[in-house]
Amino acid sequence: MSEFLQQLLNGLSLGAIYALIALGYTMVYGVLRFINFAHGDVFMLGAFAGYFLAPKVAQVFPPGSIAGALVVLVTVMAICAGIGASIEYLAYRPLRRRPKLTVLITAIGVSLFIEFTCQHRLVFGASPRTFPELLANKTLHLGGLTLNTNQLVVIALTALLLGGLSFVVQRTKVGTAMRAVAFNEQAAALMGVNINRIITFTFALGSALAGAGGILFAMTYTKIEPLMGVQTGLKAFVAAVVGGIGNLPGAALGGLVLGVVETLAGGVQGLSNYRDGIAFAALILILLFRPAGLLGRAQIEKV
Amino acid sequence: MPTILQSGAKRWLLVALLVIAVAQAASGWLNRYYLGVSIDIAINIVLAVSLNLINGHTGQFSLGHCGFMAVGGYVSAMLTIAASRAGLPPALIPGIFALSLVAGGVLAALAGVAVGIPSFRLRGDYLAIVTLGFGEIIRVFFQTFEPAGAASGLKGIPNHTTFLWAWSLAAITVYVVASLVNSTYGRGFLAVHDDEIAAGAMGVNPMRYKLTAFSIGAFFAGIAGGLYAHHKVFLSPTGFDFMRSIEIVVMVILGGMGRTAGVVIAAILLTILPEVLRGFADYRMILYSLLIIALMIARPQGLFTFVGPRKAKA
Repeated sequence: MSEFLQQLLNGLSLGAIYALIALGYTMVYGVLRFINFAHGDVFMLGAFAGYFLAPKVAQVFPPGSIAGALVVLVTVMAICAGIGASIEYLAYRPLRRRPKLTVLITAIGVSLFIEFTCQHRLVFGASPRTFPELLANKTLHLGGLTLNTNQLVVIALTALLLGGLSFVVQRTKVGTAMRAVAFNEQAAALMGVNINRIITFTFALGSALAGAGGILFAMTYTKIEPLMGVQTGLKAFVAAVVGGIGNLPGAALGGLVLGVVETLAGGVQGLSNYRDGIAFAALILILLFRPAGLLGRAQIEKV
Repeated sequence: MPTILQSGAKRWLLVALLVIAVAQAASGWLNRYYLGVSIDIAINIVLAVSLNLINGHTGQFSLGHCGFMAVGGYVSAMLTIAASRAGLPPALIPGIFALSLVAGGVLAALAGVAVGIPSFRLRGDYLAIVTLGFGEIIRVFFQTFEPAGAASGLKGIPNHTTFLWAWSLAAITVYVVASLVNSTYGRGFLAVHDDEIAAGAMGVNPMRYKLTAFSIGAFFAGIAGGLYAHHKVFLSPTGFDFMRSIEIVVMVILGGMGRTAGVVIAAILLTILPEVLRGFADYRMILYSLLIIALMIARPQGLFTFVGPRKAKA
């Protein structure tokens, strides 16, 4: 039983990171109806930004302090927001009126470009690096459970960011505009919503969350490399689809479900080798029974 | 044989096979590098043309094509390895190779049917992600499958793929897919692509066409996998990751969805391009990705499509 709870906790902290990345996929899908394949690479860039920033911040704030970690986190989120907005401006905006498939392939091109550029020896190089310790990592024993303070930070921070996001989307003017664009772009434009600004904002917001996810992932798993965004990004996208793409609570739920399922299955003897396949098997099963995802609403096709 | 020569497509197939046979005789003059690249091109043509049947003609966006290739590759490689261990006479090798290719293709086609079934309920991005998931599951399976070498890969595959084998099969693939789509039966693929509901109302069974497209497309992808296995003589699960599927999709899109000739040319160009860029060493893949972005911005309808798309009426 305690082992089950332990795995559940590990799964939740992994799922929290998936959820943060999945939100970016689902928000962009909501306003532009295409899969932003480069999103997983923004997550990777976030982790690397943290890697280079942490020693600089440690000169001002004592290493391992909460203030220092917060400064790194906020700066990385800002950097990633900038990266996300520039990708949109440079690569996707010229293609706004083109078929979705064109944009999809462009997104794949952007993703490859970021990956190969970062793997180049003059940039980050292909070999993995060890992420510095941002927060002093303590191990707590609670009953039969072993808790990592980092895991708790991941879960708490994700909850905080999700709360903040839901506030922005539901209560602010720009959030209302985002929902309006997602609902009907033309009607929103007629109501005086500046579509381009909202799309840029959506990319910035989603990329900031991916950056936070990158920092949290690097804190938990400590190894970072230029291709770390490929598998994680793919799984986060699976999470977004499982939850019902375009649906924000769905993405968060999908991320948690995926993280828990993957970790629990990974703990079962004989299944652990298939860990990477399990996420996709779960995806196929869920979509076979709920083709629009867990929280998505099935659209009735009109003739 | 007047009956064969009466049909235009069959005549082209015969001419192509004849040219390939002559070229095979001359291929001894090519150095190993050019020969290898030319076989790569033929394999990519098989992959791109078979994916074009699923993605382009039938409009079912599939991102898991190299999963089928992996099935075909592993199955045929394991068969020929078993055959060479059994010590069969060398005269039987072409027969065994052909049988192993077909066996790989048939198993890949079965996988294609399994992937095709979700396409009854899912469309667009959802279908894309499910096919992607199937491809990844197949890769993870071979990564843990001990008889096929698991993560360290399958070694010691006999080198059976020659210029003749690869290009003949490429010609046959182009012939089969083009004839299928241009036949009376094949109009159904286009109908499903243009409007599934209208096609269903006209008595075209969309499910049957989707399953046919997935199984035939997967069959040829499996053949391509077999050719690839016996060309590289080594198979590793990492070679069948999601990027490989993306490469094939890019060929289909650059060639123009549903345009066989364009897709063949795109497959040739996109195989040669990374080789030409080899001179730039470290910058090769960066240039490759930039070219994809530039091409999509400049020529989104495909490189060789000069008329506007056929408009589907809403």
